[in-house]
Amino acid sequence: MISLSVNGQVHEIDVEPDKPLLWVLREDLNVVGPKFGCGVSACGACTVHVERSAVRSCSFAVADAVGKTVVTIEGLSQDGQLHAVQRAWIENQVPQCGYCQPGFIMATVALLRENPKPSDTDIDDALSNICRCGTYSAIRRAVHRAAAILGGAP
Amino acid sequence: MSLGRRLAIIGGFVGAGVLGVGFWFARERDRLGDRRLFNLKPDEAGLNGWVKIGRDDSVTVAIPRAEMGQGVQTALAMLVAEELDARWDQIRVEEPPESVVYRNVDILIDSLPFSPEESGSVVEAAHWIAGKLGGVLGVNATGGSTSVRDAWLPMRTAGAVARDLLLRAASRKAGLPVTDLAIVDGEVRKRDGAKVATFGALVDSVEGLAERPPPPLKKPAEFKLIGKPLPRLDILAKVTGRATFGIDVRQPGLLYAAVRNSPTFGGEALGFTLKQGKLPKGIEKVVIVPGGIAAVGTSWWKAERFLDEGVEVKWQPGPAPGLDTPGLWKRYEDLLENGEPALTRTLGTVVTTTSDRQQTLTAAYRAPYLAHTTLEPMNCTARVGPTGVEVWMPNQSPTLMRLAAARTAGVPQDRVSVHTTFLGGGFGRRAEVDLVRQAVSCALVLPERPVQVLWSREEDIRHDCYRPMALARWRAVLEMAGDKPKLVSVAKRQVAQSPSEQFPVRTVGLPAQKQPEGNAVENPPYAFPHYQLDAMVADGVVPVGFWRSVGHSHTAFFDESFIDELASALKKDPFDLRRDLLVGRPRHLKVLETAAREAGWGTPLPPGSGRGIALRASFGSIVAQVAEVSVPDGRSIAVKRVTCAIDCGPVVNPAIVRAQMESGIIYGLSAALFGEITLTNGRVEQGNFPDYDAVRLAEAPVMAVHLVDSGATDIGGVGEPGTPPIAPAVANAIFAATGKRLRSLPLRMADG
Repeated sequence: MISLSVNGQVHEIDVEPDKPLLWVLREDLNVVGPKFGCGVSACGACTVHVERSAVRSCSFAVADAVGKTVVTIEGLSQDGQLHAVQRAWIENQVPQCGYCQPGFIMATVALLRENPKPSDTDIDDALSNICRCGTYSAIRRAVHRAAAILGGAP
Repeated sequence: MSLGRRLAIIGGFVGAGVLGVGFWFARERDRLGDRRLFNLKPDEAGLNGWVKIGRDDSVTVAIPRAEMGQGVQTALAMLVAEELDARWDQIRVEEPPESVVYRNVDILIDSLPFSPEESGSVVEAAHWIAGKLGGVLGVNATGGSTSVRDAWLPMRTAGAVARDLLLRAASRKAGLPVTDLAIVDGEVRKRDGAKVATFGALVDSVEGLAERPPPPLKKPAEFKLIGKPLPRLDILAKVTGRATFGIDVRQPGLLYAAVRNSPTFGGEALGFTLKQGKLPKGIEKVVIVPGGIAAVGTSWWKAERFLDEGVEVKWQPGPAPGLDTPGLWKRYEDLLENGEPALTRTLGTVVTTTSDRQQTLTAAYRAPYLAHTTLEPMNCTARVGPTGVEVWMPNQSPTLMRLAAARTAGVPQDRVSVHTTFLGGGFGRRAEVDLVRQAVSCALVLPERPVQVLWSREEDIRHDCYRPMALARWRAVLEMAGDKPKLVSVAKRQVAQSPSEQFPVRTVGLPAQKQPEGNAVENPPYAFPHYQLDAMVADGVVPVGFWRSVGHSHTAFFDESFIDELASALKKDPFDLRRDLLVGRPRHLKVLETAAREAGWGTPLPPGSGRGIALRASFGSIVAQVAEVSVPDGRSIAVKRVTCAIDCGPVVNPAIVRAQMESGIIYGLSAALFGEITLTNGRVEQGNFPDYDAVRLAEAPVMAVHLVDSGATDIGGVGEPGTPPIAPAVANAIFAATGKRLRSLPLRMADG
């Protein structure tokens, strides 16, 4: 049995220690916001936070998350309030099919924690996720908007 | 008449062009639908097959099409809301039940092998017959950029009929003449503005009201919602992780299945041995499924690993286990030289010239196989119970899924229900029935257990139905008039496999009809003195399918690259030559000129940079794009900026049109820069994003989209038309920047 904290809840689960965090979330805990896209850490659809940093959970063994806090897209809203990044995403009507967006949103939240006012190049470097619908220009606008909301200034 | 039989008739009709045969047609049924049709719950009243109201004042609109990112839920709901005068925040959407009412007629008309500008009695008769067939056959499918075009009249009519019914209900309830009433902002009011009834208060009042013929639809000047960038209905669910995609379906007792498909195309699993002699904990069954083998258990991750490590499969190889890409190109080159055309088309009159100063300009172009790589890998969930089969699936045609599930399970179609989830991308891949066959095959041996089949990314890329690889050779004859070259004639020979030939065969088992795919053979819009097309259809075991914009995706590259080469030969600016050749095409011209003007065509750029322009009409819309490209070191291609102009006729939601243009550009750019599926020993060499990459933020150009209003009343599609022009626009820009003409996709400077 291992003990895992996900979105503020502690779960005792019986899984192989090398099972990727993504599949523990999706299969054992029914947390399906993080998506499977490639399984090789290339597309970022599975991005979640471990100790407030973005990780690609398809290639992250669950054993390495034990004793740490895991947050997924489902745990981003606080007290029924959408996160500023989610609000910026709505304002800019970012999603098309929407499948990659939980990963992009989680990667953006982590980026803005480390770099509250990222340049376009910082965004290019930090958000290497894939969106097959090509929502990139809307994503870029939304990241800048979220930075403005969080920083209180444009 | 079974669906197979119905489609056989269409296949025969489309393929052989049989127009004179006396088909018997049922009267085209009403597309409005019965008031009881649309999943009515206790607190709801149906107004027709497309609209119901609830006591909570909600208006629920039936959306039979697949939401794969193109904004179809929002756009279709707007059509109803407009005529109903509903408030946008009242609108909900829901998948309706299976019914002929929700057929997509336009997609059948679009499948006919004509170029859109062709007219005349034969084409009109074909359109009429396809419309009638569509009416009888009821194929529910999302594709061909048809959803809004198809729904434009029927769903607005449904909204208008609903408005009329609610006004009569309010009239009866309030004892006021109906002529004194109007719907304003989603409630019934008197002409003086006094409130009479909310929609919610009328739920019990529509019963017993007679059907009446549909009232006239609004004129465009009266539109309040259509033409506005209303917010999409699916955004909140998609930013909170609550949107349910196929992979997120969770049914009680769910099992997961991983699959290994036959390494060679068309092969099957003959048998297997378990390396440990027994199944490990967590794996319940190993099942031979159509095209491969599945391991079913309590964890997909574990099933994947088990297939890699625990099972030895005996494969029956497919018919062409030695296939490789260089060999295929040799065959295509032979077909290009010597092949018998499946289609020949000639426009204009042959000019006989006596000039001895003729020149010939010849150029051959290549496009590779492409995979779709929807970001949500292929999946399907199925349960077989005593009463029938239930399927949950991100799919582009519930009609085809239902047929395939019924045939696989050996039950009548009315025992199958298909629930369409959100699609994590579709792009044409999700019209295929391979996944539903595999899921039902697994579910059959595990009765009452829902089984979710999911392919790894590697299975997805290696077992797609690919955009066909294609080869074309353009030839132009020029003659010197004084010191100025003049165009005499152009001709193109083109070779590709045909998705239109393969798709009906593999999805419903129809006999093959040798015909080129229609989009691949549409004529360029230019007034050439003489134009001849010879289209050869290549045989082949490689599965080919519908990939966003289908044949336009390669043909636009061939045609629009060649126009640029022609401009060089004629010593003209590429934009000017196109303009000169767009005789009698005012809509095309305006789109082209808008793109050029907005892109600053002709203004200076830094050294190593260039602009390229391309134009392509597809799916009822006209799109021109100007790409600005820089090749700083002579090796790497950076697409800096894309200016796009579109005329799609009436615009339902301009924000969605813009988003679809950007989406189509990025999708086409990923293919133009990176996309290439190659074969060796009958197997696909690529397997995941590291070797089949996509454009990411760092490579995404700045994009500007301009909507051109030409006053046209015919509505065009927007899901696909943004894709075709981008590859030639970039190739033309590379030529402008470097003088190198790249004639193969993907574009690589080393090829120049």
